[in-house]
Amino acid sequence: MALTLNAQRSSAEAVRASLTGGKRDVRGMLFMAALLACLLLAMLTLIVLLWDVVAQAIPVFDKRGTSFLTGELGSNPDKVGVSQGIWGSLMIALFVVVIAFPVGIAAGVYLQEYAKPTKLTRFIQLNIRNLAGVPSVVYGILGLIVFVQGLEWVTGGRSVIAAGITLALLVLPIIIITTAESVRAVPAGIREAGMGVGATRWETTRDHVLPYAAPGVLTGTMLATARALGEAAPLLLIGAITGRLASAPGQSIVERMQGKFTAMPIVIYGWSNEVNKPGKKTGLTFEDLNAAAIVVLLAVVLLLNALAIVMRNRFEKGRQG
Amino acid sequence: MSSLTPANPLVLTIGDLQGNLRRLRKERFMHVLLFGSAALSIGISILIVFTLFREAWVFLSGLIEQSGLGALIDGGARPGWYPRDGRFDLPTIVLGTIIVSGISVVVAAPLGLGAAIYLSEYAKPRTRSWLKPILEVLAGVPSVVFGFFALRVLGPDLIQPLFGTRTPTSLLVTGVAIGILVTPLMASISEDALGAVPRALREASFGIGARRSTTVVKVVLPAAVSGIVAALIVSVSRAIGETMVAALASGALGQAPRTVNPTDTGLTMTAAMAQLAQGSDQVVGDTLAFQSLFFVGAVLFLMTLALNLVADRIVERVRNQY
Repeated sequence: MALTLNAQRSSAEAVRASLTGGKRDVRGMLFMAALLACLLLAMLTLIVLLWDVVAQAIPVFDKRGTSFLTGELGSNPDKVGVSQGIWGSLMIALFVVVIAFPVGIAAGVYLQEYAKPTKLTRFIQLNIRNLAGVPSVVYGILGLIVFVQGLEWVTGGRSVIAAGITLALLVLPIIIITTAESVRAVPAGIREAGMGVGATRWETTRDHVLPYAAPGVLTGTMLATARALGEAAPLLLIGAITGRLASAPGQSIVERMQGKFTAMPIVIYGWSNEVNKPGKKTGLTFEDLNAAAIVVLLAVVLLLNALAIVMRNRFEKGRQG
Repeated sequence: MSSLTPANPLVLTIGDLQGNLRRLRKERFMHVLLFGSAALSIGISILIVFTLFREAWVFLSGLIEQSGLGALIDGGARPGWYPRDGRFDLPTIVLGTIIVSGISVVVAAPLGLGAAIYLSEYAKPRTRSWLKPILEVLAGVPSVVFGFFALRVLGPDLIQPLFGTRTPTSLLVTGVAIGILVTPLMASISEDALGAVPRALREASFGIGARRSTTVVKVVLPAAVSGIVAALIVSVSRAIGETMVAALASGALGQAPRTVNPTDTGLTMTAAMAQLAQGSDQVVGDTLAFQSLFFVGAVLFLMTLALNLVADRIVERVRNQY
């Protein structure tokens, strides 16, 4: 076996040598090196920056420990923490799960399983692709006018409810598009088998098509959640708090949800603009604290992304094999 | 099934062919529900367009009353975007946006396209199977994190010493940071375009003795050119709409003089919007300065919409081609 392989390789080399006249393809190799450099430069820049942030964040976790995670926003770098940011981001994720998941999956299923290729369907598809490209700051305007001002009696104004609904709408196109794509990949035989034994279209979809497409759908929902957790621009317009935020004791959950709020990306934005004076006790600056806040946010966002991508690749490989 | 009794074996009634009414009702109900979810997207679009243009109109009519439409292009000696003083020079922020997105394309296009060509044409399947996921995960880094990088590392440690800019923050810093941000996007869409080129074209080229590099440059790239153009347009559109990096790293705080020099501090449309909104706690709603936010938003929306529609048309054509 090894012998035939060797023979094959040497004959391939012999053919190549006779084709290129025995010269090395220097220009070709330079071209490839340049391409590889592009790829590595793109990745290494990001990896070095991330590494830099993690290195800067370690002393914060060392000196502050869990008080960094339980503290509140303020102006004293010895005391501030990200608890309100974590709470706000969790609430936003909750709204994405409750609103964007069901609506997005339903719309994706409709476009792939129910819709006939009419003009209306094509228009809806075009519209969804365009919504996916609308800058997030424009969604912020939508949130400000419709949910903060228009529906103030529900949302309580500049609140986490308005932010949650806005971000749910923002990630809706992502969920619709990924759901439609993974439903499209379901073999026709599965539908035909279901309908062949007399199931209605919905029964076939619920019991056979959706379970088969589940990994792909789940991938889309995770990417969408990660996107919502990292999005800051719409929250700025809705009016998330960047400076001091004292939480009133004894608030009910509804009161808290209708009140002033912040979220992890907004905490990072606010601290980026803070003056860099080290705290008296810990010697930590807002820049250090910000690195730690970034690590907290990235840990969740990148983990969600990585899980989604690994799952999608597994799923694709499994189906091919 | 009820009428299929032994006494009367061959007669089917209408009732038998109707099926189970309860299940059919459910089917119809689900159909309507699912359609409603899909149609909701149109509702969102209408809402966006309606709110944007209504508020933009409020701004424009207010401006006409105050100083006339000509105020949108400041003809004075030192034009600039000073919303608090009622000076709304649109070219200032549009130029800022064009400079920033231009720089980001100069950064992202070669890096993203190079990475895509390597992944699609050179990398062995095993190398590709771990390089590509890393690139995709990195594409998920939130933009506010890039803003922090640009403000604290890229600006003071790299761009300022390298280009000798006067301040650590500038339009150049923003452009480079957004360029790095959109590189994974550029790479991913271009790779799709390269992957759509049929194998037969490459094999024909190899078959007549072309090198891999020749094949890539003379055969694969020309065949994928429209997809690559689409990738470029999507990247530009993304760069134009990118807010947090611009708000943190461009150096200006809510107002700036008109400039065409990328090493100056400046304002993009998105940064102007974010900073208007942020300073709005005291002046909620009704001043002209705050209303300009919506006008800028409407212009931004139209710019990205036009770019997205063009890119969409190109992608569609490529899909039909192969």
